[in-house]
Amino acid sequence: MASWTPLHVVTGKGGTGKTTVAAALAIALAGRGQRVLLCEVEGRQGIAQLFDVPPLPYEERRVSTGLDGGEVFALAIDPEAALLEYLQMFYRLGRAGKALDKFGVIDFATTIAPGVRDVLLTGKVYEAARRTGDTGYDAIVMDAPPTGRITRFLNVNAEVAGLAKVGPVRRQADSIMEMMRAPSTQVHLVSVLEEMPVQETLDGIAELRAANLPVGRIVLNLVRPALLSPATAEALTSGTLDDGAVAAALGRASLPTAAADALVGEGLGHLERLTLQDTQRRIVDAQDTPAVELPALPDGVDLGAVFDLAQRLRDALVRADA
Amino acid sequence: MTGRPSTSPPPRRRSTSRRAGPAGGTAAGPLDVDALLADRGTEIIVCCGSGGVGKTTTSAALALRAAEQGRRVCVLTIDPARRLAQSMGLTELDNVPRPVDDVDDSAGGSLDAMMLDMKRTFDEVVEAHASPEKAQQILTNPFYVALSSSFAGTQEYMAMEKLGQLHGQDNGWDLIVVDTPPSRSALDFLDAPERLSSLLDGRFIKLLLAPAKGPARLLSAGFGLVTGAINKILGAQVLSDVQTFVAAFDTLFGGFRQRAEATYALLQAEGTAFVVVAAPEPDAMREAAYFVERLGAEDMPLAGLVVNRVHESAAAGLTAADAESGADRLRSSQDPDDVATGELLTVHAERERIAVREARLRDRFASTHPQVPVVPVPALPGDVHDLEGLRRIGRELTADGTAGATPVD
Repeated sequence: MASWTPLHVVTGKGGTGKTTVAAALAIALAGRGQRVLLCEVEGRQGIAQLFDVPPLPYEERRVSTGLDGGEVFALAIDPEAALLEYLQMFYRLGRAGKALDKFGVIDFATTIAPGVRDVLLTGKVYEAARRTGDTGYDAIVMDAPPTGRITRFLNVNAEVAGLAKVGPVRRQADSIMEMMRAPSTQVHLVSVLEEMPVQETLDGIAELRAANLPVGRIVLNLVRPALLSPATAEALTSGTLDDGAVAAALGRASLPTAAADALVGEGLGHLERLTLQDTQRRIVDAQDTPAVELPALPDGVDLGAVFDLAQRLRDALVRADA
Repeated sequence: MTGRPSTSPPPRRRSTSRRAGPAGGTAAGPLDVDALLADRGTEIIVCCGSGGVGKTTTSAALALRAAEQGRRVCVLTIDPARRLAQSMGLTELDNVPRPVDDVDDSAGGSLDAMMLDMKRTFDEVVEAHASPEKAQQILTNPFYVALSSSFAGTQEYMAMEKLGQLHGQDNGWDLIVVDTPPSRSALDFLDAPERLSSLLDGRFIKLLLAPAKGPARLLSAGFGLVTGAINKILGAQVLSDVQTFVAAFDTLFGGFRQRAEATYALLQAEGTAFVVVAAPEPDAMREAAYFVERLGAEDMPLAGLVVNRVHESAAAGLTAADAESGADRLRSSQDPDDVATGELLTVHAERERIAVREARLRDRFASTHPQVPVVPVPALPGDVHDLEGLRRIGRELTADGTAGATPVD
């Protein structure tokens, strides 16, 4: 029945670059003349740090341009502010709203009943996804809680079911669930090509599916590119390329020959890492959720790097859709 | 109902020898992990840091090394990777420590391990403090179920609760190593007990309890307005569930506060050492710096910082720029050894750039926190999932680690 703005929920294990990928995706989606909302729900102010702006208030702020001149807006959703706004919007509570705050009910409700808190956080996204006209968006990207908690977070219906059996919060939860399960929503899981994060990602996908939540893509972040040709890899592992051969070559290039030992060691370490990556890549390829890869950037992540990742992400998504 | 833990710290009476922290004295050397583990005065080691930095592995490696050097150790883990859990025998989830097999006990030590079951720990607290009838009432209340299984601070609180229990038990352990939950912010772990106890002690709860207790004069007009609003929004069932829960829980409040205070004092005690764990990434190092400062402010004993997954420069004389220009020169050569060496120089250049970026982050930490001893642990190619892997990490954490590590990129 209802129609919503496309929603991209980005989750991932800690340390895999979830916020970076969410920001890159928002930039990638903001094509010419388009408006994209990037929101965070965990109070970490990760978006502000990435875009190098002051901490975000509970207010939609323009933080960046998109890849082709679109606009990216950011919002840090705070459950207490969302509850007050919600009460104001739906009940025009006025004095009672203030009293709720004074008696510590807001704190209580958003702390003791986690389901209620999640309804408020996702409820704000729901509100933005229903907007049309000048304040509406072409896409919404949510920097969501980590993989271990994502299904519980999105599955607000089940969470509040035990607490509120009837009433407006319950109805709100039902509407949010309808949006979360609609084809306009996709949950993307950020991982790195290491054993534990890949396992956690596959577990997360199984949980999302069991809750009827739509899984989008696996984003394999921080992937190491292969820097050695097959011939060099072969020569290195078979030992035909040894310290002596490398030292001689270094000498011809007027470089310190004493580095040969370390270079061979680093080359072997590089191959070992790639082998481990390939093992995990095969595991990811063997399941049916499509994956896109983003490279590790040796100089780390700054705003320029986020745009670089956005371009790669868009190329990968366009290629996959073609 | 006097002050919460943080308002009544015990008087400072310990020596400052083991303290690091921003308030410490002169610049610290590297963190001497073996000395920390060998010191019989160290009774508790708490590993903390942001998610994904290898806290669980570090805790397990510290515990194993201590055990194999003669300590009688219990390690409390939160969420170990499956294969690591299996290798430590953590297959039974019964919320009690079990001996770990294949630990070298020639030095007279031992290792027990357990994985925290958050809800079960909470249930046990309730059962220990309430009559069977009242406990039953609490355990089946929907608000208790929500609170005990998903309240944002429950896991942190229960980890500390379990630590208090283990420390109080006479099981022959002389060292307890505790991993902390992967909080969105490492600070949740210090705040959780206070947050929970202030929540349960809040004004709203008091008002909810008032009708149950009698004095109707507490039912102010404002409160009527509030309950009216709640009933309107959530439905009347919710408020009555909350009221039942709070009334049943009331008897536990005193016990909770006492335990929170006792745990807080335990964390501050002389025998406790905090080890902050980080990875050489901006977020993790920022979080680590924040944590170090916070531990100092709370008067908690900090032993030092472990930086995992560090890429050290293997050929220190060869900069990234030199390697790149050398690679350019060799690439066009006809000699296959030259071409291969050119590629190796590319690998080295990338590694150098990573090492330089990481060194900058570590230097920044060192100059802003000169009193904090730091130990780097090199990046290993694969995950650690057996005791041998933990032993290797243990060696890397200490002076033994200098030999034989394969560099990875």
